[in-house]
Amino acid sequence: MDLLTVKNLTVTLATGRGDAAAVRDLSFTVGHGEFLGIAGESGSGKTMTALSLLGLLPHKGRATGSINFDGREILTSSKREYRDLRGKEIAMIFQDPMTSLHPMLTVEVQLTEHLRHHRKVSKDAARQSALELLSTVKIPDPEAALRAHPSQFSGGMRQRIAIAMALACEPKLLIADEPTTALDVTVQAGILKLLHQLRKERNLSVMVITHDLGVLSSLTDRIMIMYAGSEVETGLTSDLLQRPRHPYTKGLIAALPGHTNDAKSSQTKRLLSIEGMPPELGNFPSGCAFHTRCNYAIAACKSELPESIQISDSHRIFCPVDPFSAKASIEGAK
Amino acid sequence: MRTKPVSDEKSQRKRFLSGNGFVPFILRRLLTSVLLVFGVTFISFSITQLVPGDPVAANLGQSAYSDPKIVAAFKVQFGLDKPVPVQYVKYVSKLLHGDLGISLSSKRPVLDDLKEYFPATLEIALVAVFLALVVGLLLGIISAVTRDRLPDQIIRVFSLTGVSMPAFWTALTAFYLFFFVLGWAPGTGRLAPGADPPPTVTGLYTVDSLIAGDFSTFKQAVAYLLLPAIVLAIYAIGVLTRFTRASMLEILGNDYVRAARAKGLPEITVIRRHVLRPALLSIITVAGVAFSSLLAGSVLVENVFSWPGLGQYAYRAAVGLDLPGIMGVSMVVATVYITMNLIVDILYRVIDPQMRDAS
Amino acid sequence: MTMVTKKMKKSKNSNSIWRQPLAVVGIGIIVIWTLLAIFAPWIAPYNPNAQDAAKFLAPSAAHWMGTDELNRDILSRVIFGARISLPYSLLLVALSATLGSIVGAISGYAGGKIDSFLMRVTDVFFAFPGIVLAMAVAAALGPQIRNAVIAITIVAWPVYARLVRGLILNAKQNDYVTASSLLGSSSLRTLIVDLRPNLSGPVFVLAALEVGNALLLLSGLSFLGLGAQPPASEWGSMVSLGAENFDRWWVGLFPGLAILTAVLAFTFIGDALRDAMDPRTAKALRD
Repeated sequence: MDLLTVKNLTVTLATGRGDAAAVRDLSFTVGHGEFLGIAGESGSGKTMTALSLLGLLPHKGRATGSINFDGREILTSSKREYRDLRGKEIAMIFQDPMTSLHPMLTVEVQLTEHLRHHRKVSKDAARQSALELLSTVKIPDPEAALRAHPSQFSGGMRQRIAIAMALACEPKLLIADEPTTALDVTVQAGILKLLHQLRKERNLSVMVITHDLGVLSSLTDRIMIMYAGSEVETGLTSDLLQRPRHPYTKGLIAALPGHTNDAKSSQTKRLLSIEGMPPELGNFPSGCAFHTRCNYAIAACKSELPESIQISDSHRIFCPVDPFSAKASIEGAK
Repeated sequence: MRTKPVSDEKSQRKRFLSGNGFVPFILRRLLTSVLLVFGVTFISFSITQLVPGDPVAANLGQSAYSDPKIVAAFKVQFGLDKPVPVQYVKYVSKLLHGDLGISLSSKRPVLDDLKEYFPATLEIALVAVFLALVVGLLLGIISAVTRDRLPDQIIRVFSLTGVSMPAFWTALTAFYLFFFVLGWAPGTGRLAPGADPPPTVTGLYTVDSLIAGDFSTFKQAVAYLLLPAIVLAIYAIGVLTRFTRASMLEILGNDYVRAARAKGLPEITVIRRHVLRPALLSIITVAGVAFSSLLAGSVLVENVFSWPGLGQYAYRAAVGLDLPGIMGVSMVVATVYITMNLIVDILYRVIDPQMRDAS
Repeated sequence: MTMVTKKMKKSKNSNSIWRQPLAVVGIGIIVIWTLLAIFAPWIAPYNPNAQDAAKFLAPSAAHWMGTDELNRDILSRVIFGARISLPYSLLLVALSATLGSIVGAISGYAGGKIDSFLMRVTDVFFAFPGIVLAMAVAAALGPQIRNAVIAITIVAWPVYARLVRGLILNAKQNDYVTASSLLGSSSLRTLIVDLRPNLSGPVFVLAALEVGNALLLLSGLSFLGLGAQPPASEWGSMVSLGAENFDRWWVGLFPGLAILTAVLAFTFIGDALRDAMDPRTAKALRD
């Protein structure tokens, strides 16, 4: 049994023009000790997926479907049950450490408040674990750090503190929403290294959400690509990055800055940057939402929701055309 | 996220008193405040001079006004025979010595008038602002937390109604209901007719009667004070409720609140520790401004309750074109406003660790 | 009344305001008052200034809101009062919005010394006890509703100046203005063509929010005897008649309710319009 099994998750948000589905019929799993990456452009529904796991959807947001966590259904949980889950069993790291830490509370308060609430430990014991956590995430001089306010730290240090906060109650699942996006490149590497190290030291399942496939390449076991609230492709990290099958995935990879195109794949070159803008919430195109930007779209793409095509046990795509299959590329070569 | 009603230091005299420290900051703000007070005297002086209207006619009776000798003497007595710029320079130089001039209508030094009338207004304004803070904060918090649900809807209608009620009419209706119909309120004025006010220390009857140990006067003063203070507070309650709701909702949308919720803390802890604290920062500003608007708003309420305060004095001064009186009142209210802003700015520096660390 | 119709057109476009029940109530009340004002002579049961020997008749079938000390029918006076209070409040708001916007535009556009001077002046006006100054000006000009409007305009413009200046400073940093100044369009053209659409929305919302305040101040001055003069059936001065005879509750109650409903309607509308704006502009309006 996987740690997390999400089935047919649909998230509806209230917008100025009425309700709109931000996540559509999404199904995926995260195994024990597995790192799953979820990638897609902004507005693809990644963050809403994460927030629905925590029961933290924005005002007037609704989630339907099924979320099974550690053997129980949590989507139907009461507020109280969700509170007991959050921070304790599922923890989250947010995108921007400049805004996700409270500017007016000391690091000590922020590191220990949930620990004391969930575990009912004494102030001193909580302080002790906070010190250990800070050394785990490699904050120099943890004693002084506890007394400080977040504004006294750099972005990278703040994100380390945010990670320490998330780890405080030893959660089973950690959700990292764009954990490095707001940071400088050099600092990013440090945070990624820290996540690697945590993975080795703790039996932690992690869901990393990002728009940057480069971040995921070294970190995750599997990657799910999302577009306009739906899954388009899922596979093992190496399979997906080296042999992407969905035109959108192909485009995302080609858009990576370090990506070198081999001379023969002229198709890839055309996709270097995907033309057009990702659709806005409430304005998702019909059928396969990507058809408006896809070079391979056929008439059916516009009208019919794509079915999943299983390529291997671990690899599936949602594309009726499948232009990069072995068969298709032979035909293309002719 | 901060409102700064008086001035932003950025554009302010960077050449001197520069530096980010606490002392230069306060000195800088003090200097701006003093300049603002002079700005207020200048503008009230100019405007009351620019508009037609003869203070002599307004203050002398019909027969006296027709006698040129009396008119001339009146003008000399109050310095009205001099050209306007000279009058202003004289006014300011006297002001620097703490002399606010002689009131045309009461014929007494304006400073003495203000000393007599200001405490009465201060007393109801203080009670009103206290009521407004307690009730406004409470309603605003409930409203934000129950966003778009029934309690929020009800509170929103109430607060919008609060800011839409004409104070003079509210005063009249409340007086009719609580005095005339129900007999709960004692009547107009600060004390029962003929009752002796307590020996003056602060000018606030409640405080002075306590100092004198005179509990029956204290009770009476409170009874007379309550209705005008509540009426005065209604508008401020509406303003504070709406503002508290808005700033709470703004803070509730912050990442750090989402992060606090993601930690599984009880909602009450999230609100109290993570939302209310930063929200209070901006609420303080509005409370400061609300206080000085209460002083000004008291004009209409005092009129109905015959409350012998600054508002009544201002009314008489305005109708009598009593320039020194008008300027005196303006200066008191402006000084309170500016001082409130100064205090708020200093509080910001003290409360907000981000700003404290930056300095 | 052109402002009211304009507002309704606008709100139809951004259909979200029609989903706010309070805004709909507000618009309804304003429509009713507008109709009452326009058709007052046909709707009012009596001539508002007709008097006779009786006085202070309590509300009855003949006089729904009773009569005052000259036995004038209060209902008729309240209906005719809409012809004074509403147009003058709108006029007052239009005047102060124009004046304030001009000052704010000059300040934000010119920048530098002119900007700091104008903003210091604005600061001083903010520090000023508005009603005290308005009382003094109204008293000096002579108690008349027109003079009360002038007096309040003098104290009411700074909010618009501050808003417009802030918006212009924001817009100046925006790319499209930079782009068009690079293209060499003249500075005044830039200001008018590029910025006006960005300014008119927020200024309009602020104006809508301020109509209520204007009505309160105006009727307040009339209540003190510094605005409309007898025998004009102005709501504020009618309440002051009630204050002189507070035991006849109906004399002051109904004109006050008229003020309350009209102000409340404008507050409902202004509030909804502000909520319908994007959050940053809404915030600028709140500060």
